[in-house]
Amino acid sequence: MAKTIIEKIWEQHIVYEEQGKPDLLYVDLHLLHEVTSPQAFEGLRLAGRKVRRPDLCFATMDHNVPTRNLPTINDPIAKKQITTLEKNCDEFGIQLADMQHPDQGIVHIIGPELGLTQPGKTIVCGDSHTSTHGAFGAIAFGIGTSEVEHVLSTQTLWQSKPKTMEIRINGKIGFGVTAKDIILAIIAKFGIDIGTGHIVEYTGDAIRALTMEERMTICNMSIEAGAKAGLISPDETTVAYLKGRRYVPEGDSFEEAAEKWLALATDEGAVYDTTLEIDADEIEPFVTWGTNPSMGSGISALVPSANDFTNESDKEALKNALAYMDLEEGMPLSSIAIQHVFIGSCTNARLSDLRSAAEVIAGQKVHPEVTAIVVPGSRTVKRQAEEEGLDKVFLDAGFEWRESGCSMCLAMNDDVVPAGERCASTSNRNFEGRQGAGSRTHLMSPAMAAAAAITGHFTDVREMKMAHV
Amino acid sequence: MKPINEVQSVMTPLNRKNVDTDQIISKEFLKRIERTGFGKYLFYHWRYQADGVVNKDFVLNDERFKESKILVAHENFGCGSSREHAPWAILDYGFQVVIAPSFADIFHNNCFKNGILPIRLNVNEIEELLSKGQSSPYSLTINLEQQTVKGDEGKTYSFDIDPYYKQMLLNGWDEISLTFQYEEHIANFEKQHA
Ligand code: SF4
Repeated sequence: MAKTIIEKIWEQHIVYEEQGKPDLLYVDLHLLHEVTSPQAFEGLRLAGRKVRRPDLCFATMDHNVPTRNLPTINDPIAKKQITTLEKNCDEFGIQLADMQHPDQGIVHIIGPELGLTQPGKTIVCGDSHTSTHGAFGAIAFGIGTSEVEHVLSTQTLWQSKPKTMEIRINGKIGFGVTAKDIILAIIAKFGIDIGTGHIVEYTGDAIRALTMEERMTICNMSIEAGAKAGLISPDETTVAYLKGRRYVPEGDSFEEAAEKWLALATDEGAVYDTTLEIDADEIEPFVTWGTNPSMGSGISALVPSANDFTNESDKEALKNALAYMDLEEGMPLSSIAIQHVFIGSCTNARLSDLRSAAEVIAGQKVHPEVTAIVVPGSRTVKRQAEEEGLDKVFLDAGFEWRESGCSMCLAMNDDVVPAGERCASTSNRNFEGRQGAGSRTHLMSPAMAAAAAITGHFTDVREMKMAHV
Repeated sequence: MKPINEVQSVMTPLNRKNVDTDQIISKEFLKRIERTGFGKYLFYHWRYQADGVVNKDFVLNDERFKESKILVAHENFGCGSSREHAPWAILDYGFQVVIAPSFADIFHNNCFKNGILPIRLNVNEIEELLSKGQSSPYSLTINLEQQTVKGDEGKTYSFDIDPYYKQMLLNGWDEISLTFQYEEHIANFEKQHA
């Protein structure tokens, strides 16, 4: 029978199944970071348990590391979390890319970079954006700390089989439109909880045309549509990306692995519980105006009005969001001025993201009212960008060039947007207070954030690009 | 984990949809390495104004709901970050039951691991509860065994729950100990896939 990649991977990982119970699923790769793991390790210690497969775990520090003046970390509570992770990894024999390590970076950026992320794997992490790794054709999802403890001690999880959903993106994206715009458009069109209880497979010509880094941006934000995970069937693009990476097999074993990976792709004629479709050519560069990722529109649109909604609770949600964001119904998105630009996060801080922003700002200056920072997603991204001279492009334009980490995506370190100020951000969440208490976040692509940095307000990057040619 | 079956208290009406875990527990409180002590930070930026003054309009600051163990909210409760600090804060504050039309998956899972009962009722039932609970304090009696939510004047709503998770909550099971009973299966799986 024709099967989806979701069913294939799921079935290959069932350790035990019984009617009326969730499946006991084996976990191939467990990624860890400092914020959601301390209580799990403490639980192990209290129960006198050990880590079953330290060799399948990999840890890094990303959420609360400073992006300036390393290795000093001023916040004593954050420091305690960092040293606790060091101690835990040491005690339980887990590999750690610590603050000074050349491989350090945001957990979802370094997994693929090192080749730890591979097609067909089950991957978990105490972080909701674990869905990023699905870009390779893996089932990758975020778990809570109790589940982190469960995986550490048993290398398994009890999981009820989710439903399957296909989101097909037909056609070709237009000039100046990016992967970030595709995923923001999907969430805006279908809603913030459309994926609840599902694993989503992204398909269609527009997806096939994307690079691996772009596919990661799409899968990363699956959770913003409520999905348990999002993935893309592996193809030659996937195989080419993985070849030669540190944890990927070499030589004949690579060829063998590649064959298995490609065989995972969804079979012709396989059926999903739900299929949704969107046309790539209807997607514009996107900007969010509200307080969740579904509250966004194409740059040429206006901020919505209560009259655009029929349902009372939607009207109420719009009212709350606009009050928090200090925006008026019906104002043009392009009239909104910003004070901050953040280029970073596990969604958009890979090399191609930095290139795309640099292309827009080259030879120009950041608007005098704007503070703009670039936080590369990993040490490796930072090194590579510097080899290409991208740091110079950013610095010359007036951006700050920082060390890698989550930084202003969730503002657990010193990188905070002050209350009442507005940030054009390449991250994934515009929740109230996400970038600092009272801060106002607008999500967009790196190119759109770069354009806003120059003009001081939201700007259609296509116009800026056209002006270049 | 403490077993849970019957819970009776006044309900706290939180008339919002898409309440995300960043709102439930804000990132500045995620740096602790313990599981306890998060209750005082629950919904912090809704409970307190920027200057630290109590926000009188927020429902958690309403004296009538002080002893409440049951939180009622709108769709997609607990979306966003996977932080288990969210259910820890809810439990530490004193809530044992959250009722909503729908929950985000990770939050929903996290509830069961901490002895919190998440109940799904349909949107109309939630609207009804919220409007009753907002106009005057309204008490509910929850019975997990019978899968019922009973209102003051005897009106009863029933809910569905996965039988496996129901047993887990009723018995207060530690899931890891349960899984150790399948150790042989895990070892076999590892042998076959080595
Ligand atoms: S960059 Fe942001 S979304 Fe990504 S892991 Fe870090 S905090 Fe989470």
